[in-house]
Amino acid sequence: MTISQTIFMEGVSKRYGDSYVVRDVDLSIAPGECVAIVGHNGAGKSTLVKMALGLITPTAGRIALLGENPAGRHAMAFRSRIGFLPENVAFSAAMTGREVLRFYARLKQVPLGGADRLLERVGLAAAARRRVGTYSKGMRQRLGLAQALLGEPRVLFLDEPTTGLDIESRQMFYDVMAELRDAGATLLLSSHALSDIEQADRIAIMKAGRMLACGALPELRRLADLPLRIRVHVVDGNAAREFTARRSVQWLDDLRFEMTCADDGKVEAIRSVSLLQGVRDIEVMPPTLVDLCDELTREAAE
Amino acid sequence: MNAIATIAGREIRDGLRNRWAIGAVLLMAGLALTLAFLGSAPTGVVGASPLEVTVVSLSSLTIFLVPLIALLLSHDAIVGERDRGTLLLLLSYPLSRWHVLFGKFLGHLSILTVATVLGYGAAGVALSFTAGEFDADSLGSFARLVGSSVLLGAVFVALGYLISATVRERATAAGLAIGIWLVLVLLYDMALLGLVVADQGRTISAAAFNWLLLLDPADIFRLINLAGLSRTSLFAGMAGLAEQMQFGRAVLLTALAAWVAVPLALAAFVFSRKEP
Repeated sequence: MTISQTIFMEGVSKRYGDSYVVRDVDLSIAPGECVAIVGHNGAGKSTLVKMALGLITPTAGRIALLGENPAGRHAMAFRSRIGFLPENVAFSAAMTGREVLRFYARLKQVPLGGADRLLERVGLAAAARRRVGTYSKGMRQRLGLAQALLGEPRVLFLDEPTTGLDIESRQMFYDVMAELRDAGATLLLSSHALSDIEQADRIAIMKAGRMLACGALPELRRLADLPLRIRVHVVDGNAAREFTARRSVQWLDDLRFEMTCADDGKVEAIRSVSLLQGVRDIEVMPPTLVDLCDELTREAAE
Repeated sequence: MNAIATIAGREIRDGLRNRWAIGAVLLMAGLALTLAFLGSAPTGVVGASPLEVTVVSLSSLTIFLVPLIALLLSHDAIVGERDRGTLLLLLSYPLSRWHVLFGKFLGHLSILTVATVLGYGAAGVALSFTAGEFDADSLGSFARLVGSSVLLGAVFVALGYLISATVRERATAAGLAIGIWLVLVLLYDMALLGLVVADQGRTISAAAFNWLLLLDPADIFRLINLAGLSRTSLFAGMAGLAEQMQFGRAVLLTALAAWVAVPLALAAFVFSRKEP
């Protein structure tokens, strides 16, 4: 069981003094799976990643990475097949992008030609001979991604991977992620960005060190059971008053009102609205990830 | 081994890029040349080899300058990487922490060695043009000076790492580095001198005094160079000390090497227990 999972955590806690940074977390990730950890700053995401990497040891619980203790003696053997992109990645400013990547390639004992190809892959070929100190935030992030990809990793830990990336770079990043997953790599990423999270098979929500929920996005939506909001824009406000009088709606201004409905009542609600005269537009807004987090957090507190 | 060499290579390259290495070479060469020519001017009267006089003045230069350069290079080595956020990534790579530390040590020591050899070598070469051939004795003490200067540098590089591995803030590391420099280079000697004067030889025997000297790497360095040759020690005002010296050169070198090994091992121990 343990061996077949790429990442396996059981009852993992990390305590500094009296305060828990991570508390009693269970998480297992299968080969080829992509899991995103979501949570506010200080929720314990980065600490969880650091423990999975073996950089810090848990106060309690058990962690296995590729079937081994990540902080143990045998960990060195598979470290070269693990990619890590830390939050706010930094490099020595005096070195060029090419030198940085070749330095890391040497440490991972990867052929240096592979490092040059990766620079091209992340779109830094033109800036390869410039010092990292002159790079923009997005370029540093891409260089960070390139070093994580060295040596065809089987497991990737990506902490806030797309901060500072423009739309184009983001797309490049998602393409890389898709390639990795096709190659059977396992991904664990922590992020705030919805577009990152949509790439994941499962989402783990963390709050104050605890893992509140973990599942696919529709599953989490069902779990939270949050209402959808339907926003209706009409041509004539007065004509709609009769319709809205029978329902609990909230008028945003003279021509727009909002109503809520449960997830399974969505089709019925839209049908009834569409019968209304002079509807200009209907917007269906599913609960946002923030709503979802807050709701699951609230439920956990009760 | 590959990882250690890679880390060492990066440190050397970083040193060259930041103009650290070139600055150290220029500083050492500039001061060494100045001392060589100022110091050799009056020696005709005493009849000593100008190179030996230079060894005496360069020893004093080493004691102040080399520990300072070594600490400047090393005090930031770990705490700086932690602060900049490069340490976390480095430690996720397939290398252990002592690889990182030892690689840095080799890199920094290489910079220091090149700076010392080039800087003092320049002074030696310049002197050979003006003063002609040197005898084997003088060359020997000059070589010993360069070698022990590098070793003294290694001591302070190791001490710098110990500071750097222990503290959480870069500013604390810088402050402690200055403190260590002050104590080992200036204050310990003064305190020892004061103690000897106040004691008037009643309780502190010559043997005990020699042992006390071993507790300061700068003093060991002085003993190696200044008390080594009777001719040199006459100028250096260390003649009295040299006569009573119970330790041979091998013991002194071993003591200095221990001053490298112990702080380095301690730094590795502290580093291995700290969370990145």
